[in-house]
Amino acid sequence: MRRAFLGAAALVVALAFAPPALAAAPQTTLTDVEDEVMCPICGTLLELSNSPQAEREKVFINRLIAQGKTKAEIKDALVAEYGKEVLALPEGSGFDLSAYLVPAIAFVAAAVALAFGVARWRRDGAPPGSQPPAAGGPSDEEAKRLDADLAKYDL
Amino acid sequence: MLAVIGLLGFGLLSKGSAKVAVGDPVPDKELPVLGGQGQGAVADYRGRWVLVNLWASWCVPCRQEAPALERFQRRYRERDLTVLGINVQDNSDDALAFLHSYPTTYPQLRSVGNERSAAFGSTGVPENFLVDPQGKLALIWRGPVDDRFLAERIVPIVEGRAG
Repeated sequence: MRRAFLGAAALVVALAFAPPALAAAPQTTLTDVEDEVMCPICGTLLELSNSPQAEREKVFINRLIAQGKTKAEIKDALVAEYGKEVLALPEGSGFDLSAYLVPAIAFVAAAVALAFGVARWRRDGAPPGSQPPAAGGPSDEEAKRLDADLAKYDL
Repeated sequence: MLAVIGLLGFGLLSKGSAKVAVGDPVPDKELPVLGGQGQGAVADYRGRWVLVNLWASWCVPCRQEAPALERFQRRYRERDLTVLGINVQDNSDDALAFLHSYPTTYPQLRSVGNERSAAFGSTGVPENFLVDPQGKLALIWRGPVDDRFLAERIVPIVEGRAG
């Protein structure tokens, strides 16, 4: 029994770490590519373009798909033929890097400003303008007034 | 905030097209020969008139003007003038298929993407640029040409008859 369990466990482990090459590579489709590349002349995503140039670009992609190229290989071929403007997503270098850096820097700056604000608020106590809570219970005068008010609503 | 605005401004300016005018030096760059070996440039023809033709295979007017350009080349190639095709905004397979359908005897270069179009301040294809023997722009025509245009607008300049 124990031997059978160990054997099954070993099989599970072996399958879990089996090289992915055993699995068939998924076929790239035009739909999968055309939402990540541009029609450079139209200035729009290829999936939204129906110009003659866009149609030729789609034919070019379909030809590469028929050759069994991966999405990355197709995008490389598109850059070689049409230039880097064909990529819908900015590159991670040069000026295009700012498309990723600026939002990240803005997020970090906002987080730091918020952290400083919270720390200062906690150090200084209540925000300016707010009333401090009463030290003890209500005064005698306040207690009398409260009783009188409550008596009006005697249910 | 200023840095972000500065970056956006730089991005817009750096992606803009150049403006070219008659009398300016022709925008030039070594480009691969379309369907062949080696490189070529407008400067290779210094001392001759060059009619630079920007074209793409998907462009219908480019198909219509191609025979007229070929006739012009055959007629004037012995008279210190050549047509020079530059394929832009295209892929090489389609460009070669175009040349199979519309054979040309004049040289053809290929520019990847929009780079040469931007250098010529191009707004589309086809566009034609007459370059004088000193490498300066003598005429800019942002559209297709035909036999009549070539005879009435290009030839007088080349022959020194233009007013």
